[in-house]
Parts: sequence; structure tokens; C-alpha cells
Amino acid sequence: MATVTPNLAVKDPRTRDTGGGSPPSYGGGGNGDRGGGGGASDYGERLRRARLGLVIALTAVVMMFVGFTSALLVRKGLPSLDPQTNTYSRDWVPIELPWVLLAVNTVVLLASSVTMECARRDIARQVALAPVKSIPGISLGDEKGFPWLGSTVVLGLGFLAGQFLVWRVLHEHHFFVYSGPSSSFAYLLLATHAVHLTGGVIALTYAGTTSLLHRPVEARRIVIDVSAWYWHFMAFLWVYIFALLRIAR
Amino acid sequence: MATSEIAHAHAAPQGFIRKYIFSLDHKVIGLQYFFLALTAVWVGMILSLFMRIHMVWPSADLPLVGHIQPEAYLSLVTMHGTIMVFFVLTTAPQGGFGNYFLPIQIGAPDMAFPVLNMLSFWTTFVAFMIMIAAFFVTGGAPLHGWTGYPPLSAVQSTGPGEGLGADLWITSIAIFCAASLMGALNFITTTLDLRAKGMSMMRMPLTVWSWFITAILGLLAFGVLLSAGILLLMDRNLGTSFYVPLVVVSGQLMGHRGGSPLLWQHLFWFFGHPEVYIAIVPGMGVASQLLSTFSRKPIFGYKAMVYAMLSIGFLGFMVWGHHMFMSGMSPYSAFAFSILTMSIGVPSAIKTFNWLGTIWRGRVRFYTPMLFAVGFVSLFVSGGLSGPFLAQPTLDIPLHDTAFVVGHFHLIMGVAAIFGIFAATYYWFPKMFGRTMNEPLGKIHFWFTFIGTYSIFMPMHYLGMAGQPRRYSQFTEVAYLQHLIPLNRFITYAAIVTISAQLIFVINLFWSLLKGPKASDNPWEATTLEWITASPPPHDNFGGHTPVVHNGPYEYGVPGAARDYILQTDPAIAPSSAH
Repeated sequence: MATVTPNLAVKDPRTRDTGGGSPPSYGGGGNGDRGGGGGASDYGERLRRARLGLVIALTAVVMMFVGFTSALLVRKGLPSLDPQTNTYSRDWVPIELPWVLLAVNTVVLLASSVTMECARRDIARQVALAPVKSIPGISLGDEKGFPWLGSTVVLGLGFLAGQFLVWRVLHEHHFFVYSGPSSSFAYLLLATHAVHLTGGVIALTYAGTTSLLHRPVEARRIVIDVSAWYWHFMAFLWVYIFALLRIAR
Repeated sequence: MATSEIAHAHAAPQGFIRKYIFSLDHKVIGLQYFFLALTAVWVGMILSLFMRIHMVWPSADLPLVGHIQPEAYLSLVTMHGTIMVFFVLTTAPQGGFGNYFLPIQIGAPDMAFPVLNMLSFWTTFVAFMIMIAAFFVTGGAPLHGWTGYPPLSAVQSTGPGEGLGADLWITSIAIFCAASLMGALNFITTTLDLRAKGMSMMRMPLTVWSWFITAILGLLAFGVLLSAGILLLMDRNLGTSFYVPLVVVSGQLMGHRGGSPLLWQHLFWFFGHPEVYIAIVPGMGVASQLLSTFSRKPIFGYKAMVYAMLSIGFLGFMVWGHHMFMSGMSPYSAFAFSILTMSIGVPSAIKTFNWLGTIWRGRVRFYTPMLFAVGFVSLFVSGGLSGPFLAQPTLDIPLHDTAFVVGHFHLIMGVAAIFGIFAATYYWFPKMFGRTMNEPLGKIHFWFTFIGTYSIFMPMHYLGMAGQPRRYSQFTEVAYLQHLIPLNRFITYAAIVTISAQLIFVINLFWSLLKGPKASDNPWEATTLEWITASPPPHDNFGGHTPVVHNGPYEYGVPGAARDYILQTDPAIAPSSAH
């Protein structure tokens, strides 16, 4: 029976990471969302990492909607048994969505995407100018910019309210979630998108309040930048859903 | 746990709650996942024990559950499968060991998003609690199996467990999906973005590759399961008809119209087949790491191993239809799925060949982790060989609903993955707890488990071919199965012995944790980065330093070197050897 701990050729392996030719320590970078630490380059790393994380998170969202889309297409093509006549027929009744209202909502959401982009560029400019501003006696003039972030939140909430109106209209026309497959999918897609967008609104609200929490401008920039790309994706996703509901209704 | 020296750049958390409960440290989170899986595996094992005993002694009164009714038997089947697949095979190898060792092996101080990491553990924990709660509600746990096929799973009145129990089951799975997606996000970002200087992708240990590939599989698969689960919940509770056709339940015509149970099967297996690889791929990584370390030889064909794992992952998304040969699918689709499925044999064979090539003429040190790694390869081959049988529609149709399938998937994804977990536990225990596990007890545990699992699952192939159906709660009265009862009894005895032998492991684990002899920093004389730091590693893994990597992960027995292993941080052995 072998011993538990084999004899070590070299007794203390910990010394080896300081040996071995090149000095191993470069500190600072890469402590994730722990806050604190590091200089400007650390924020650059964190921004890149946050963007990478966002792309991966969006991949998961894409897969969810790939699932919904394939379910919709398969379900639409399926025949269903009619118990009265005992024959198969298609039970997919095209849904009458309030297209005008939806188009207005779409415009509101796209407008919010534009204001979001302005907010993103605004904070990026602030970060770039921060070293200049810190020089005593230097003033860059207009310190209070347009509240792009607030506008985005308002427009986003407006879109959600508009979607709620769409639900109301559907109810009035007696299209309920259980009325038929087309109706079920419309509710499903509207609701899932609305939930995701609500997440975006919460992130933006958080980004707006970070300035009150005296977080450094670079930290705010990371939150706003990532939220902006998320927001753009939500706008794109909505256009996709709109097209899907229109084409495959 | 002795963490005597915590001297590093950023402060370790103080206080019990921040340190051990809502910790942001990937090592603590890894251990939390590990102990969650350890709890879950005991629940799952006890359920399987109830099933085995009920099969051969159907009138027996069992502790806790009493006399098992047919519905209760199906609940056992469902909960055993679900708990094992989600909360053991997905949780321990990836959430547990992946969380603990991926950042250390790439030279990072932590995961990319520690808060998200903590959230993904606690979300998994909530999912587990909700799953367990299904046992205790009116009607008990659901009956629909871990695959949750509608209409059984989609209509509330189909059985006693299909009310609240099934709702809890689906909710738990949906929460688990969210947790796994958060975990996958962290794993992928960390691997891509936090590697130490010199740690190129092709210098990553194969364990890191396996966790990385598993995370990609999880990212692409769990989103689809989540959407499928949402549709199922809507069918159950909002009266939609995604999966439910016109159906009569207990003499009552349901309100559903025109849905397709096959739609669920497609969505579920699009997740379900990659899930098999989510369970087994980390085991492949661990086996590669250990076979190389304990044979004192470089892994045979490192790049081939990486590409084989990548192609197994890729092909895993294109073969889901082989679970549905019985669904009446077009023979042309079945043919395509069959060919694609059998093509997975190619990368699997490459891996097996390379594992054998790694041990070949090595100076093998048969410590317990090595035994379990060899056991993994053995089970992977034995379980894998029945794969091509089931991949052919003509053979799958007679075998599909028999014990043959039970034997096949338990060997390949169940026990093989468990052997990967055992190998990892014995291998990394000194690093995780700073103490060593008892070697003789480990070996006794190995032989009991190895012989035991073969005794349980090998005869099932024969039972299946002899026509023993699966999922039947009672068959002792059936005439044509009479001659199979002695073999079934043997399997039950083997299961009792094997499960009892797991107590050896638990005793060894906890005894060693408290009283085991202190471990050195590199007891196995291994090369990867976790072995250059203290046991257990300090809060930021490397005590304020970030390692710089100069060598590949498996430099053993390098000709002309002073000792038979070269750490990844040692000076480069030769400029040409850098990939």
C-alpha cells in the first residue's frame, strides 16, 4: 500500500513561483466587480470584461427566443383534430393585433435606443475629460448636459405602458392567452420581451442613481455602457418579435 | 481549515456570514456547490434504493415511504432522475470543482463576476429546496419522469403528483436554468478574459478546457429548456395548448386543442442531449489531468483531446432526435440522427485512444484518484459501447423501453460522471482542505464502488434484451419475467452493498477534513497552477502574486530535466516547446 503523501523532490513549492526567471508579480488588475483597486487601465479591463459578459448573457437570451420561434413555427404548421367532424384541420386563427399602436410603441422604443446611445457617448466623453477637469482652474463650460438617461427611462416606461395598452385592446377583442395558439404566442412574446425590458429599466435606474452614490465616473460608465448595449439589443429583439408576429400571424 | 497566512492585496471578508454563507470567494462557492451535490446525491441514492427494493419485494413496507403504490414508484423514478441529473451531475463537476479550480488553474484571483457567482449558487440552492418541497405537498412528487413528457406533465388532473408537485418541479427546473446560465456566463468570461500572463488557450489544462466547453453547452442548452418550461407552465396553468392535443383525462374532455407533445420532446431533447455532455465532459477533463499526472507522462495528443471535446460538444447539439426514434418520426430524419449519433463515436474513440496512450509505458502511481480516473475510462468504454446499438432505429425500437437503456445511460453518464467526481475529490482534497484523505479507505471505497456499479448496471443490458421493461413498478407476477427475478434480486443486493460502501467515502471525507494528516502544497507532484500555491489557497489564490506561465500543462518526464515534472511557472523548458 502506497503512502498517502509521496516524497517531494523539492520541499517548498511556494518558493518556486517567485523563482523561475521572471518576476511573477503584477498586481492590481482583475478583481472583477469587487470595486476599489487599480488605476485607469483597470477600468478599461473591467469595461471589456463587462461587455464580454453581456455578449454571453445575450447569447442565452437569443437561445430562449430561438426556442420560442421554433415552437411557434412548428405549432403553426400542425393540424388539429376537430372532435365534431373527426377531421384534421389547422386551428391557427391569425390574430388581429393593433398594428398601429404597436408601430407607435416601436417608434418610442427606437427613439429610446437613440437617447440611450447619446447617454452612452455622453458618459464616455465625461470619462475622457475627467483628467482635464481635475486640473484646478480648468472649466469645460456647460457641466449639466441633457438628461439622456432619464429620457431613456421615460421612453422605456412609455413603451411598456404602450404594450400594456396592446394587451387591453386584445382583451377587448376577446383574444385571451388561451383563445388559440396565435393568441398564446402573442401574449408570450410580448410578456417575455416586456420582462427583459423591465430588467433594462431597472439597470438604467441603478445607473442613474450611481451618480448619487458618489461612485467614480468610470464605474458609472461601465454600468451605462453595458446597459446601453443591452437596451439596443432589446430594441432589435422587439423589431424581430414585431416582424415575427406580423409575418407568421 | 487552517488559513494561517492571508497576506495579500485586497482584504479577505470578515465575519462568518460574509466568509462562509454569502461568500464571493469562488473557492467557498465551489465548496458550497460540492456539499449541496453531496446532500443531493444521498437523497437520489436513497430513492434508487427504495425502487430496487420495491422491484424485487413489491409488498415490502419501507421506512419513510411505507408500502409503495404504483404512483409513488413513478414519483421515485422522477425525483431520482431529476435530482441526480440536475443537482448532482450538473452541480458537482461544474459548479463544484469548476468553480474552485478553474480560476486557480488559469492563474486568476477569482471569477470574473463574483457577485453573480454567489447568486448562481444561491439560486441553485433555492431550486433544490423547491424540488425537495415537491415531496411534501398534496399529491406528492410528480410522475412524469425527469424528461417531463406531456400530456402527462401538462395537465393537472393526470395523476396525484401532477398538481402542485409538478408545478414545483417545473418551477425548480426553470430556476435551475437561470442559475446555470449565470454560472455559464461566469465560466466563459473568466476563461476568456482572466488568464494569467503566458496562459494561452493551448496551455490551459484539459480540465479548464472541459469546464469551458461545458459552460458553452450550458449557455446554449439551458435557455431552450427555460423557454420549453415556460410553455409547459402556461399549458398547465393558463389553459394554452402548446403541447396538449385534444385529450380525455379520467373520462373528462380537457379544454386543450391541437397542441403537440412532440414539440416538447424536440425542445426538451435539444437541451437534454447536450445535458448528457454537461455531465460527462468535466469528467473527461479530470480523467485526462489525472492519467497524465499519475502516469508521469505528458497527455497523449493534447490538441487532439481539445478538438475531440469541442467536436463532441458540437455534435451533441445535432443528435437530439435519437431520443425520439419511438415517436413516429420520418425514417429519413431517424437515419440522419442515427448517422450523426454514431459519428460521435469518432471523437470518443480518439479520447479513449489518447487516454490509453497516456498510460502506456508510464510509471503509473496507483493512488486512489488514479484508480477512479482509470475506472472512469473503463465505465466510459463499457457504457459507450452500447451507444451505437441504441443509435440505430431498428435496434432502438425493441430496446427503447427496456432495462437496456437504463444500463446504458447509467454507465455512461451516471456512474462514469460520478467516478469523475470521486477522482476529482480524492485528487483535489489536499488542496481544498489542506489535509490528506486516508489512502487505504479510499482504495477499499474504489473497489467496492467499481465492482458494485458493474454488478448493478451490466446485468441490466441482459435484462433489457430479455424483455424486461423499464419504469414498471411491479413485474414479479408477470409470467415471462419470472426467470429474470433472480438476476433482479442480485442487482438489488449489489445496489445495497454499493450504496452502503459510500458510507466509507463519507466517513473518510469528514474524518480527513477534521483529523487527516496535513498535506503539502504539491503532494502529487503535479504541474498545474493550483499546486504552486498554499493548501488551501489564500483568499486571492496566489497571495498577492499573479503567476506567469512558461510551460504547457503536462510536462512530465521531460528528458534532461532535473526532476520528472516541470511546473507551468518554471522557466520555459525549450523555446520550441511553447505552443
